Amino acid sequence: MDTVIKVEQLGKRYKIGAREASYRTLRESLVSAAASPFRRLRKVAKPDYRDFWALKDVNFEIKAGEVVGVIGRNGAGKSTLLTILSRITEPTTGRAVIHGRCSSLLEVGTGFHPDLTGRENVFLNGAVLGMGRKEIQDKFDAIVAFAEVEQFIDTAIKHYSSGMYLRLAFAVAAHLESEILLVDEVLAVGDSAFQKKCLGTMNKAAKSGKTVLLVSHNMAVIQGLCSKCILLSEGQCVEIGDSRSVVHRYLSFDSSDLAKILEGCLRIGTGTARLRNVVVSEDGAGLSPITGAPVRISITLENTTSSTLRNIDIGISLHERSEAGLAMIYSSFFGKSFDLPPGESSFSFVMRSPMLASGQYFLGFRICDQLGEELDNPQTLLPFDVAEFDYYGSGRTGWRDWGASVLMEGDWQES
Amino acid sequence: MPETSGSAACTRIAEDGYAAPSRSTVVIRPGGSSLPVYLREIWDYRELLYFLAWREVKVRYKQTALGIAWAWLQPLFAMLVFTVFFGRLAHVSSDGFPYEVFVFVALVPWTYFSNSISLSANSVVSHSNLVTKVYFPRLIVPMSSVIAGWVDIAISLLLLLPLTFLYKIDWTWRMATLPALILLLSLLAIAVGAWMAALNVKYRDVRHALPFFIQAWMFFTPIIYPSSLVPQEWRWLFRMNPLTGVLEAFRSAILGRQFDLTSLAISIGLTVLLLCYSLISFRSMERRFADVV
Repeated sequence: MDTVIKVEQLGKRYKIGAREASYRTLRESLVSAAASPFRRLRKVAKPDYRDFWALKDVNFEIKAGEVVGVIGRNGAGKSTLLTILSRITEPTTGRAVIHGRCSSLLEVGTGFHPDLTGRENVFLNGAVLGMGRKEIQDKFDAIVAFAEVEQFIDTAIKHYSSGMYLRLAFAVAAHLESEILLVDEVLAVGDSAFQKKCLGTMNKAAKSGKTVLLVSHNMAVIQGLCSKCILLSEGQCVEIGDSRSVVHRYLSFDSSDLAKILEGCLRIGTGTARLRNVVVSEDGAGLSPITGAPVRISITLENTTSSTLRNIDIGISLHERSEAGLAMIYSSFFGKSFDLPPGESSFSFVMRSPMLASGQYFLGFRICDQLGEELDNPQTLLPFDVAEFDYYGSGRTGWRDWGASVLMEGDWQES
Repeated sequence: MPETSGSAACTRIAEDGYAAPSRSTVVIRPGGSSLPVYLREIWDYRELLYFLAWREVKVRYKQTALGIAWAWLQPLFAMLVFTVFFGRLAHVSSDGFPYEVFVFVALVPWTYFSNSISLSANSVVSHSNLVTKVYFPRLIVPMSSVIAGWVDIAISLLLLLPLTFLYKIDWTWRMATLPALILLLSLLAIAVGAWMAALNVKYRDVRHALPFFIQAWMFFTPIIYPSSLVPQEWRWLFRMNPLTGVLEAFRSAILGRQFDLTSLAISIGLTVLLLCYSLISFRSMERRFADVV
């Protein structure tokens, strides 16, 4: 088979400081000051924020007809890789060679204008995706039928429902005739009927011999579609190979960098106890990112004094984003307190059923003594990922994009 | 930057018979592709250019009560104001033509030009959703803003029919040069607009400075007064304004008087120079657009 995509020593460097300072107004500065907790978290998470390599030394080859998944945590460089291959941004080092007509689908409906009709937007979006006018004309009926918006095709799309909008947007993309498709998470939006349609189209593209590079957080989709996977971590290519083994490797990645975040963060409290490390993993299996199974939050505390600290109360808060809290639990809620001998010791809390939709969440910690005096309060939140998983056993996952991050346990009944 | 390699660089026709804008082999690497390759790519993406310009035309007067009539109203209002203050009150010379006609024939291209540069200066930023999601030669964006204005200038030029009739101005062969003059004006607008668009991506100051810049440029250009008003010893400096020659040529073309060929030649030369400079600096800044915008 022929190699259609060849990537050699590809690297992309961002100057984080320079990038953020590139365009700021007074109002923005004020807003960002108000959102400071999150900024602090980001800066600490990437200690070297002058030169940040979003992608470094990535090498791989993709042969014609292969369907390859790109996986990795948030910030691993997946999207950067795709934007470079799509020629949207240029690499800092290395090169990539692409043979064949290549289309990239980083979002559906790029170039859609709300004031234009469905018909006009199909032509516009088609042109944006690289289709010629004649090509769009030929496929127009098929696109409209696929999107199921025949009656509204001459209505301005600002009057469309979000479902109609998505269907129309995806319909144009589905009719691309490219030999190579670069796809970024476009499947993660819309309702399940829509997702099914997307998956079907992707499947068809894969079967018809197109070469596909697909970025996704959904391991089920990756394993279903892709024969081969590329695992990225901190901008580097960690493993390439058969989907099953790479996905397994990804799921068992350990989250050792939380200790680094804690090292650099600002702290409040007397300082007699210090939170040193946190590991979030599936109980027993040691897998991370976690899924619906019980989750163990292992906490390493250091007593910096020479005598034992008695009746320590450990508090954990769960956050969806940097500000909003979802849950909070202190060991004292369970009538439990711990003694802390000098040096390091470990504790853990097992969340029996986390019931969180896939995505990134944050943990906050606070260590108090029995009188409620703060010993340690790290001014940072620690991120962890929840993988996409089949919680309800029906193939449907939670709707994080819709804002619904908490899953619910229960039964549906006819009563 | 992407560069097409070797003999496979001609536009590829895929098996289905559709011309594909993406060439068959693309090499993505740091650094820039050569200017000829870039220009050929703009040609390959001409359909997108057309659609973007078309979108801008479609959207420009959406949800306005007066619609496309704004293309008439803008120069008409300006004409009214200038005629009252400069023509009637200040008695500015108008080379023997009725002041309102004299000022209007320059206001039409000026309105087109100033709208074009302010729209294209903001174009890359306002198209950031495209710039960060799809590849195409970015120069297409400011170009489309300028080209979309052709509809406006064509419509406002229609007003010349009643105007020349009313003031009994004879049409001459010079009228036929108008399309060429519009093209020249467009190239100048692209040169200035693209350069500002690229600058605007990094320094949003451009957006705030632009209105003053445009206003100042208007007073340095013979729009509300004739070139003949400028003292002879300063005429050479005055002609260094690339707009002077084109706008005077517009006037000559419509009012049927002699072209000032020296002035026009200077204008053409400066436009070409500016265009080259703008193209080169746009190319070098373009590579950062997706990261900075």
